[in-house]
Amino acid sequence: MPEVLSIALRTVAMAALATLVMLPPGVAAAWLLARRRFRGQVVLETIISLPLVLPPVATGLILLSLLGPRGPLGALLGWFGVDVVFTWRAVVVAMAVMGLPLLVRTARAGFEQVNRRYELIAATLGAGPWRVFFTVSLPLAGRGVLAGAVLGFSRALGEFGATIMLAGALPSTRTIAVAIYTFTETGQEAAATAMLGVSATIAFGALLISNHLATAGHQWRSS
Amino acid sequence: MSIPITLDFSLRQGEFLLEIHERIEARVVALFGPSGAGKTSVLESIAGLRTPEQGVIQIGTRTLFDTSSGVDLSAHERRVGYVPQDLALFPHMNVRRNILYGADAGGGQLLQQVGGLLEIDLLLDREVTALSGGERQRVALARALMAGPALLLLDEPLAALDLGLRERILPYLERVRDELGISMLYVSHAEAEVRAIADWVVVLDAGRVVRSGS
Repeated sequence: MPEVLSIALRTVAMAALATLVMLPPGVAAAWLLARRRFRGQVVLETIISLPLVLPPVATGLILLSLLGPRGPLGALLGWFGVDVVFTWRAVVVAMAVMGLPLLVRTARAGFEQVNRRYELIAATLGAGPWRVFFTVSLPLAGRGVLAGAVLGFSRALGEFGATIMLAGALPSTRTIAVAIYTFTETGQEAAATAMLGVSATIAFGALLISNHLATAGHQWRSS
Repeated sequence: MSIPITLDFSLRQGEFLLEIHERIEARVVALFGPSGAGKTSVLESIAGLRTPEQGVIQIGTRTLFDTSSGVDLSAHERRVGYVPQDLALFPHMNVRRNILYGADAGGGQLLQQVGGLLEIDLLLDREVTALSGGERQRVALARALMAGPALLLLDEPLAALDLGLRERILPYLERVRDELGISMLYVSHAEAEVRAIADWVVVLDAGRVVRSGS
């Protein structure tokens, strides 16, 4: 089963890359939604959450219209010689967009549970907003952020609809979910079952870690 | 050494209106009054954690807040040490990292001085969750002092301690007053504490100053 293994490894690597891509904007959005009140907050929250409720293929179609050669972002990237659609980059983008809502929601809850007193006192000790964020808010919300990242990673691992729209089912872009579908379609049931086993094992482990982190995150909040 | 403190502002919190119009020059000023009088709100306004509707807050020659000239320094620019009633020691840092949080890079000498003064040298590598009430109080005080404040704000520093501990902490505060020469604004509703440490008392009741004097 070298093909199963190579697809599994590729999927894990892409999901890990997608998690790295979604972390900076995801953590920033989570902090903003938890700590600031601003105009357009509900709109931002809705846009971020949209992939949770839209059919994934619809999200994929939106991404395709943005990142396709004639789309505004696709044309711009094409100008720099970067193709996205039907490449490994498309897989990473689809995974990141689909995983982002879970990261933001979980990390936001992490930030909301940090006692604001610590941030205020850090400011009275001379720490500017960035220092307060990196030395107080983020470490105290760290387990929530990590749990969100693991959830986003898990979601990325299982991504199917948006991926197949944006990246297709080419041998170079095939992920676990897409492979299960194509193996089943082409009657390769043993391969599909092996893929299913790999997928379930990784997802189970990731969720276990996420839940453990979210629970253990309560340790600092009572003090 | 004492520096003049100008507190001339009003702050509204829902139905509650706090008004204070005082210019004080004393080493230790006590804000005295019953719970709900607005004492903590005064401290938080000075520290930059609350924004008054209008008025002026000056420490020495520095203007921290002035509505007429549009000055409103952020909390991190005020150089005012604030020890809140709940202390808010950072739970994810040990004592040393808590204390050095606001210190300049070359704060070693100050650490020695403050550490000796408050007898926390032996606590430096402990986790803050493993400290007793009195130790936590001294660590919070040291952390505020290490940031080199022009004024130290203390919110009921002894209220959460039992009688025995109060008697042990009070001398530390007197040492800070006498040996470091930092002006303090000390909130309390215990007359004995006020008598022991303050040389000026402002009595607040329901958001208004009802008495002020030495």
